[in-house]
Amino acid sequence: MSLERPRPDQSYVTDDGVDYDAIEELLGEHVLGRETHINAEGFVIRPDEVQEVLFALRDQAGFDHLSVVTAQEYGDRYESIYHLKKYDDPTQELSVVVPTSKDNPVSQTAEPVYRTADWHEREAYDLVGIEYEGHPDPRRILLPETWQGHPLSLDYDQDRPQIVTLTEHANPIADDHYESESDTMFLNIGPHHPATHGVLHLKAVLDGEQVVDVDPDIGYLHRCEEQMAQQGTYRHQIMPYPDRWDYAPGGLMNEWGYARAAEDLADIEVPEYAQVIRTLGAELCRICSHMLALGTFCLDIYGDFTAIFMYAMRDREKVQSLLEDLTGSRMMFNYLRLGGVAWDLPEPREEFFEKTRDFLDDLPEATQEYHDLITSNEIFQIRTIDTGVLEPEVAKQYGATGPVARASGIDYDLRRDDPYGYYPELDWDVATDDGCDNYARLLVRMQEVEQSAKIIEQCIDVLESWPEEDREIQSNVPRTLRPEADTEIYRAVEAAKGELGIYIRADGTDKPARFKIRSPCFSNLHTLPEMSEGEYIADLIASLGSLDIILGEVDR
Amino acid sequence: MSDTPPETITGSTDPMTETREARMGGVDNRFNSRLREAFGSSPFILTKFDQFMNWCRGSSMFMLQFGIACCSLEMMHTYAVKHDLDRFGSGVPRASPRQADTIIIPGTIVSKFAPRMKRVYDQMAEPKFVVNMGSCAISGGPFQEGYNVIKGAEEVIPVDIHVPGCPPRPEALVYGVVKLQERIAEGESSPVTVKPYELEQFNDLEQDELVNKLASQINEDDLVMRYNWADSP
Repeated sequence: MSLERPRPDQSYVTDDGVDYDAIEELLGEHVLGRETHINAEGFVIRPDEVQEVLFALRDQAGFDHLSVVTAQEYGDRYESIYHLKKYDDPTQELSVVVPTSKDNPVSQTAEPVYRTADWHEREAYDLVGIEYEGHPDPRRILLPETWQGHPLSLDYDQDRPQIVTLTEHANPIADDHYESESDTMFLNIGPHHPATHGVLHLKAVLDGEQVVDVDPDIGYLHRCEEQMAQQGTYRHQIMPYPDRWDYAPGGLMNEWGYARAAEDLADIEVPEYAQVIRTLGAELCRICSHMLALGTFCLDIYGDFTAIFMYAMRDREKVQSLLEDLTGSRMMFNYLRLGGVAWDLPEPREEFFEKTRDFLDDLPEATQEYHDLITSNEIFQIRTIDTGVLEPEVAKQYGATGPVARASGIDYDLRRDDPYGYYPELDWDVATDDGCDNYARLLVRMQEVEQSAKIIEQCIDVLESWPEEDREIQSNVPRTLRPEADTEIYRAVEAAKGELGIYIRADGTDKPARFKIRSPCFSNLHTLPEMSEGEYIADLIASLGSLDIILGEVDR
Repeated sequence: MSDTPPETITGSTDPMTETREARMGGVDNRFNSRLREAFGSSPFILTKFDQFMNWCRGSSMFMLQFGIACCSLEMMHTYAVKHDLDRFGSGVPRASPRQADTIIIPGTIVSKFAPRMKRVYDQMAEPKFVVNMGSCAISGGPFQEGYNVIKGAEEVIPVDIHVPGCPPRPEALVYGVVKLQERIAEGESSPVTVKPYELEQFNDLEQDELVNKLASQINEDDLVMRYNWADSP
C-alpha cells in the first residue's frame, strides 16, 4: 500500500460542508441507505464492500482521518460505524454504517485503508463480538485472551466465572528469525515498570540492543468506562466518569467532551459566561497535563528525579491549587454540568484572579528554566532529536492527533478547526513543529503551555469585566433528559492528548443505549511500533515517554 | 575583610556550648528523640529484640514504585515537593519489588492485572505491608459494577491500611502511611505469609462448561486466577 495519494479535489464540498448527494453518487450502488446522525450523514453499506467504499472516500473525497470505529448490537443486527473526518477540516464529517446479521456477524476489515482500524476493530471484536474478515491480527485487545463472551453484547452474563492465566511469554518470532550468529531476545516491559507510565505491557523482541518487534499489550486498566456510562443517567451520573479517563488531570477537558456531545444531542444551550469559565478551567488542566508529560518524560530519558521532575510537580501543585479553588477538588472535578458549570468562580473573585495572575506571571520564568534544563541540554538533545520519527502521512494513517500529530507538522487542533466554547473569541495560536521526532513533541507541548497561559489570561480579563447581573452559569435543563430515540451523535473536543470524541446513541430513555469513547491516547499509542521498530531499545522508551499516554484513557 | 575568622568564633566556645545545650534540652528540644528519652543518662537500653526490630521497621520503610490509575498521580504528589512523604521516613520509592517493604495499591484492579499485581506482591521480600489507596482498591469504587473490575485488592492480597477517597488527597495518604508505620512500630501489624497462587482451589472447581473448555489449555504449573463474579461482595 502506498502512502502517496492523489490530492483530493474539492468537488464533494459545498459552502455548507460536505456535499452528501455528490458522495452518494460517487459511491453509487454501494449505498444501501442513508441515515442522518446529528453530526453527519451516515451511509449504510454492505459488510463485504467496506474497503471499496472507504478507499473511494479516502482517495477521492479526501476523508483521510478515521476517528473511531463504533461497534454496537441492536436487537436484530450488529453495526460498525466508521466515523470519518478530514485532517484539513474536521467539520467535514461522514459516517459509514456497516450492519451485519445476528447469526453471522462478519464484516470486511478496514485495516488496509486506515491503519488505525487495526486496533479499533480488535476492540470492537473484543467488547461487542463483531468479526472482521481479513484482519491481520484478530485477537482480543483489552480483555484477557481466556475471556468468555463479549461484555457489551446484549446477552452477556456478567455473573459468569472467568479464569485468567499468567503464562510465560514465548518469543513470537524465534522460529523464523533464529540464526546461529544472531539471536533475538524477548523482553517484557511492564505491566509494572517505571517507564511505562502506568500499567502498559510492551512485548518487545530485541536483536542486540535494537528493537525488532514491539507489541503494546493493553487492557490492564480496562475498567469498563463505556459500560459505566451506559448505566448512568445523562444529567448527573455520567459526568463524574470523564474525570477518570485521562486523570493527568485532563478532567475538565474530558468532561467537556461528554458535555459537548450530550448538549448537542439534547439541544441544550450553554450561557456564554459558563463557556468562558469552561475555557479557563480546560486550559488550566492542559497546563497541568503537559507539566506531567514533561516531568515524566525527562524522568524516563535522563533519570532526573531531583530537579526537573520536582519542578514540574511544583508547577502542577500550583495549577491544582487553582483548580481546587475553582472546582473544589484537586483531580476529580465533576465541575461541568450539562448546560453550564456547577458554580460560579470562588468568592472573593479578586483573590482568585490575583492568584491566577500570579501563577501566569511566574510561568515565563519557569518555562525559561525548563528550556535551560531540558531543551538546551546536550544529553537531552542527543536522546531525542531524530529518534522516534513519525512522518505526517504515517501519523494520519494511525489517526494520531494532539501534540503527537502537531509535532509531525499536521496542523490539526479542534479548538480552532471545529470551534467550541469561547476559543474563537480569543487570540491564540496552534503550536506545530515539523521535527516529527521526540524533541519536537516536547517542544510542541511547551509551546502549548505558553498558549494556554495566553488563553487563561484573556479569560481572566473577560471574567473580570463581565457585568455582575449577567453572570449566568447554567441554562435551563430538564431534570430528566430523554433525548429522542435513535438519535446518534459523534462530537469531539481537543483534550490535552488530542481528539477526544464521544459517540452517543439515544434510545428514548434517560440513559444512553451506546456510549463510545474515542480516546486520543489509544490511537497515539498505536503509532509506537512504527516509531520504534529498528531503533534502539533506549529510544523506544524515549518515544513512549514522548507520546504521553495515560493508561486510563487508553484502556477506558 | 581579612582572611582570619572573627574573634567571636575562634576565641569563644559559645557555639559549641550552645549546640550541646540545645541537644541536651533547654528551649529547643528538637534533638530530643523518644529514643534519647528512653536512654536517659545511661548508654544502655533494655528491650525485647522483637520490639526493637518493629521500631526499626516502622521508622524506615521503602515504598514500591507502583502506579496503577488515577491515585498514582496523587501518590506521585505525595512523594514530590510540598507533601514530601520522605519527612516521615518512608518516601523513597523503589522500582524493584525485591527492595521494597510496602506496596501502595493506587488504583482500580481489573481481571487482567490482578495476577500481575499478585506476582509483584509475591516478589517482595517479607515482612511486607500493603496500603490500599482510594476507593477502587478498597472495593472497586465507582467501577464496582464493571464486568472486569476486581472488587477490592483484598480479594487478591492481604491489606494493612485502607485510605479512602477518590482519590485521597496527599495529606490523607501521608496520614495512612504514618498510621501504618505507627502500627508496625507498635507491633500491631504483623507480616502475613500467603500461598503464592491458588492452584488447588482451581483444581477443585466444579466441572462447568468454562472449565471444560479451558482445562486442556491450562498447564498444571501455570499461574491461574479464578474470578467468581457472582460471589464477589
